[in-house]
Amino acid sequence: MNRFGLFSLTAPIVHLIGLIVLVALAMAGLAGTEFALSRYLANAIGQLAAFAVLAISLDLIWGYLGILSLGHGLFFALGGYLIAMYLLKHSFEITGTVPDFLQFMGWKEFPFYWDGFEFFPYALAAAVVITTLISGLFGYVSFRSRVGGVYFAIITQALVYVAMLLMFRNDTGFGGNNGMTGFTVLFGWPMGTSGMITALAVVSLLVLAGVLAGCNGLVKSRFGALMLATRDDETRLRTMGYETLRLKLIVWCLSALIAMLAGMLYVPQVGIINPRVLSPELSLEIAVWVAIGGRGHLVGAVIGALLVNAVKFWLSFAAPEIWPFILSGLIVLVVLVFPNGLMDLAKFKLMRPMGPKRLAADMGEARP
Amino acid sequence: MSLTALLVDGLTVRFGSFRALDELSLAIDYGEVRAIIGPNGAGKTTLLDVISGITRPKQGRVLFDGAIDLTGLSEAAIARAGLRRKFQKPSVFEGLSVRQHIAIGADVGFRTRLDAPALEDRVGEVLEIVGLVDQSHRLAGELSHGQKQWLEIGMVLASDPKVLMLDEPVAGLTDEETERTAALVRALKRPDRAIVVVEHDMDFVERIADRVTVLHEGRTLFEGSMDKVRADAAVVEVYLGR
Repeated sequence: MNRFGLFSLTAPIVHLIGLIVLVALAMAGLAGTEFALSRYLANAIGQLAAFAVLAISLDLIWGYLGILSLGHGLFFALGGYLIAMYLLKHSFEITGTVPDFLQFMGWKEFPFYWDGFEFFPYALAAAVVITTLISGLFGYVSFRSRVGGVYFAIITQALVYVAMLLMFRNDTGFGGNNGMTGFTVLFGWPMGTSGMITALAVVSLLVLAGVLAGCNGLVKSRFGALMLATRDDETRLRTMGYETLRLKLIVWCLSALIAMLAGMLYVPQVGIINPRVLSPELSLEIAVWVAIGGRGHLVGAVIGALLVNAVKFWLSFAAPEIWPFILSGLIVLVVLVFPNGLMDLAKFKLMRPMGPKRLAADMGEARP
Repeated sequence: MSLTALLVDGLTVRFGSFRALDELSLAIDYGEVRAIIGPNGAGKTTLLDVISGITRPKQGRVLFDGAIDLTGLSEAAIARAGLRRKFQKPSVFEGLSVRQHIAIGADVGFRTRLDAPALEDRVGEVLEIVGLVDQSHRLAGELSHGQKQWLEIGMVLASDPKVLMLDEPVAGLTDEETERTAALVRALKRPDRAIVVVEHDMDFVERIADRVTVLHEGRTLFEGSMDKVRADAAVVEVYLGR
């Protein structure tokens, strides 16, 4: 027991973590037997797990700290691009496959800044350092000038858009508009086999469980209580002696790193990364997952990401053209009827004020 | 320790062409309860904003304890120096329990510095003082207005401040709650603490204040005991006799 709340075995988060680990173990145990999941399903589960990690990263700063980012795709893409660089360099070393984009550009060899990326620890370290630097610098400048609320959200959206324009250029040596694809080897193993697909999905699920447990520990700690205090009344907390700038910066960078991790899990499973990951739509969609699941609840973020993406996966077969309408409908529902997403349904809070009053109250909350 | 807790020296704050504070000077001593009164717009809350670091003055300085100029420090640094403030509108953290509020006030830092039993004792003590023992596990968002006012006093009190600023502590309270708050403020008086209260309720001010400063248009109009304030013709003119 700690001073800021009980860690109960009956808490939904414990059940969710248990369930995720169970699915991971079952997938690992059944691999290669006749009961194994189809490659498509195993791959879908792995991708969903990566999205759930991404949703948690946004919930951590939006739900618990009150800072909405509409540019988290940037950090997701950073992780994705850097793991793709490792995969291409590594595949090239083993099989001699020259990446498509180098051939398109007529380049004989990798640009110098690709040096070392064939070595996984280097790629991982580069991802951590670059993500921390970019998020740290951006966060410091913004929080230092006390930019928050809607203004911060707009700047993050602009940032991801700028990154997309940059990555669309073909002369940067990062794949340009075609992106990076043709990953054939991972850690010396061929990619695309059912064993590899299952392994990636299992790793993604285990990382998801770990990130959930870690974030739950964080938000239940004294530091987590201070995060909520910052969200509810930052000036009040400052005038009690707390440098909220440091707190916000720490959580912001942590959130960026978790989003980066999600990107590193996602890209090997889809086999491609291109600048569309940096489109404002994806970054907006992450916020929708969290809003639908219920911001300020880790379980809600995971459920939101799983639910919305599961429907999306399914509709991409059944009726791809109606997906935007369903997504927009969900957004309208969340804004007008369920401000706390599915968590409202769980608590039967259906009798709260609706419509413009509700909207006004929520917009008020988003202010700095 | 100097005798003067706060020395406000030639403070000017402007919002556009409006002078919220106009070369205001005043001194507040340790051991006293000082009430600051004045009509709306007289600069009372602005003065507290400058002392707590929320508003930067255009001119002048605020010396704490005879040595530290507060006008260049951050809100957090001022709070850590021992000055705490309750806001006009009850400012509590809706998502945290009463107990968590007091713990955050008692022990500044991302990690606890006090050991667990010491923190428990301090939290229990403060809850006792502000009369919220029975509410300790409730969320602040669920409290009544009066309980929120006391919770906020508890939060700022928990750190054992040298300067305690209370901005309208009895606004919106019932007579009984006002009574209890007056007793509480008197009980908080200590030789090594200055208490500054901004309030409109004159009966409350009379009960708690050792001295009263009347502000008008960003300047001191009068300073003295409540009896003398009530008798002063200029004060009656601008404020009491409206």
